[in-house]
Amino acid sequence: MATRPAGSAAPAPAADAAGFVEFTDVEKSYDGRAFAVTRLNLSVARGEFLTLLGPSGSGKTTTLNMLAGFERPTHGVITLEGRSVDRLPPYERNIGMVFQNYALFPHMTVEENVAFPLSVRKIDKADIAARVARVLDMVRLRQFGDRRPTQLSGGQQQRVALARALVFKPSLVLMDEPLGALDKKLREHMQLEIKQLHVMLGVTIVYVTHDQSEALTMSDRVAVFNNGGIAQLGSPDDLYNTPQSSFVASFIGENNTLAGKVERVIGKECRVALDGGGAITAHAVGVAEGAACHVAIRPERLGLAAGAQAGNRLAATVDGRIYLGDHQRLLARLENGQVLTVKVGPEATMANGEPVMVSCASGDCRAFPADAGTGGSMSKTTGE
Amino acid sequence: MSALEPSELDRPALARGRSAADADLRSVSAAIRRAEFGDRLRSLALAAPLLVLLALSFGIPIVLLLSRAVYDPTIAHALPQTSQALSGWSGSGLPDDAAFLALAADLRDNQARGTAYELAKSLNARLPGARSQVLKTVRQLEGAGGKPPLEVVKSVPFWSQPGTWTAIASGTHSVTSFYLLSALDLRWNAEGSIERVPPSQAIFLQVFLRTFLVAAAVTLATLILGFPLAYLIASAPKGLAAILIVAVLLPFWTSILVRTAAWTVLLQKFGLVNDLLLWLGFVDDRLDLMYSRIGLIIAMTHIQLPFTLLPIYSVMRTIPPSQMKAAYSLGAKPFTAFLRVYLPQVFPGVMAGCLLTFILCLGYYITPALIGGASDQLISNFIANYVNVELNWEMAAALSFILLVFTLALFGIFARILGLDRLKLV
Repeated sequence: MATRPAGSAAPAPAADAAGFVEFTDVEKSYDGRAFAVTRLNLSVARGEFLTLLGPSGSGKTTTLNMLAGFERPTHGVITLEGRSVDRLPPYERNIGMVFQNYALFPHMTVEENVAFPLSVRKIDKADIAARVARVLDMVRLRQFGDRRPTQLSGGQQQRVALARALVFKPSLVLMDEPLGALDKKLREHMQLEIKQLHVMLGVTIVYVTHDQSEALTMSDRVAVFNNGGIAQLGSPDDLYNTPQSSFVASFIGENNTLAGKVERVIGKECRVALDGGGAITAHAVGVAEGAACHVAIRPERLGLAAGAQAGNRLAATVDGRIYLGDHQRLLARLENGQVLTVKVGPEATMANGEPVMVSCASGDCRAFPADAGTGGSMSKTTGE
Repeated sequence: MSALEPSELDRPALARGRSAADADLRSVSAAIRRAEFGDRLRSLALAAPLLVLLALSFGIPIVLLLSRAVYDPTIAHALPQTSQALSGWSGSGLPDDAAFLALAADLRDNQARGTAYELAKSLNARLPGARSQVLKTVRQLEGAGGKPPLEVVKSVPFWSQPGTWTAIASGTHSVTSFYLLSALDLRWNAEGSIERVPPSQAIFLQVFLRTFLVAAAVTLATLILGFPLAYLIASAPKGLAAILIVAVLLPFWTSILVRTAAWTVLLQKFGLVNDLLLWLGFVDDRLDLMYSRIGLIIAMTHIQLPFTLLPIYSVMRTIPPSQMKAAYSLGAKPFTAFLRVYLPQVFPGVMAGCLLTFILCLGYYITPALIGGASDQLISNFIANYVNVELNWEMAAALSFILLVFTLALFGIFARILGLDRLKLV
């Protein structure tokens, strides 16, 4: 602990002014050895929709629970509107929370559920009724007020949970995989609805999910979690177009990964000799000459245009074709044995075994250091 | 948002709205019921063997036994001529000589048939002290020689008391309210109305009251001990929870007799509990824990704890931790959250556990007999005494009947308050 930078115990004044929610050097360990969250520094602006995205066990839910007050950080400070919430129990934080399983109270009606946060605040009865009616109107469940939660569909229950988390006008709302239990169509519908509520109410939302498309659809910014830390923080198109590690590249969207070795670094680009033969020019993201690397290329950035002379050209044979209606995925086997997925138009008709020329611009290929599979992590498994 | 109207969400409501108006739907549901009738019949047929077994081994014996509380033909069978002679009797004063003659003839017949003792016992149940008088009269009639039977009977003062004839007259009616009234410390008086028996003879109301008080005390004690333990088990990690459950169930798997005997060892005057209390300096003198109410309640609480705990635990286990988290995040302090979110949800389990323990306590027999003192005997001990010692099955049946009615009434009240479907018995 001695190696920690001085002054980390108190939030810096500058950060105070900038962030509505501020995590400063936050760490969480349950057993004193393994860390669920390590050296977390995160700032959430007022009114922002920030998503914590990551595989299970990456620390995103622990982070959310620390913000909600269900867990206490082992180290570091969390501030809310400039005040440290370290000693504040969850019921004094005034943070709305939506749970994955809704956590509606089954013994209360929809109205009573929504009225609960107001009645524990000892608000006047008539006032409660008016506010409950207004928020139920907002989620279009006014006519279901006297039903029990179990009599509602999954989507309706989730809207009740939303209404309950919003009715006491919290400035911050946390959502822990709120749509995880819904089917795909309803999930997409609810994504839009939550996004509209966010815009309408101007509330700050911190949203946890492991579904990358959900994160890209809804968020202003996304923090990609891996191994207890943030692998990359940025807007959805930042993350998609300029991933900073092979973990983010493979976690966000679909990506082809080619293994190779860096031959030469020339400015921002590098020349990679692919394992098993062939070479490719790629955008260098922190790679060193002579080191093993992974080259990530999006399927839609690969082309079959025979005429294109610029950029990389790789000879391949067709290994299979998957028809998806609006487009097709072509499996192209390179001469070195590695297989690329290429997004092509629905009209393409290639037979298996047919030779093709796969091309892509060097800027669309990103070379990352190949470290321990996941890459780009801030892994730390033991304390100092 | 109205552009995103999710039609699939509102469909059930629409269906409900239509069904109220649409008569066609009703005929459809009638057709469905007809179609399902065969299925119902088949599933009923599967349960039939159990229902027959229950009826033969449980229902019929109970009805037959309980019917003895109100149907006692012994006296009517034993005294046919007297019954006839008494049919014209006004019911006040002494009957005429014909009744005395008929009685003498009936008594002699009983002696010849060997049923005199049975008659004496049956009459004794209604008229304490009648047994010896009946048997004495029978003996005198036998050894009377040439003495007229009328004189023999009249020479016994017992037969000259109006109360005797009132008892006989009521006994000749096979259907009797006598035992049920006795079980409630009531009786018919000479004027033909119901009155309380004199305090010196009243016992059962007090015993019923004691039984209910002991059951209530044990229920409360198991709840106070069991609720926090159930919460601990429900919120403990899996491995620890399994160990705790076994610890709770371990005594449950031991014979009730063994457990009661173990408590005898612990609670006796020179037992471990007294040793410990003395050593810790809580008491100056050894307590009478054995053969006392407090010892009885301790032992019964131990035996009943799993019955109260398990339904509570099984309900607690179904409540996800996110319920309390949600309550906290919505601004409820821990006590408010417990009171308004947790308790209402475990309430059916609490009720089920308490009801189970309370009803089982009403029927306790071995533990009060072994650990309770003379003044701690519960209603079951009296029933057992009437069955095994006094051989007065009518009285035993009457007490059982009253207990059963009380129990069912209690269950009915709980079911009414809570709704049977919400009562979660394990």
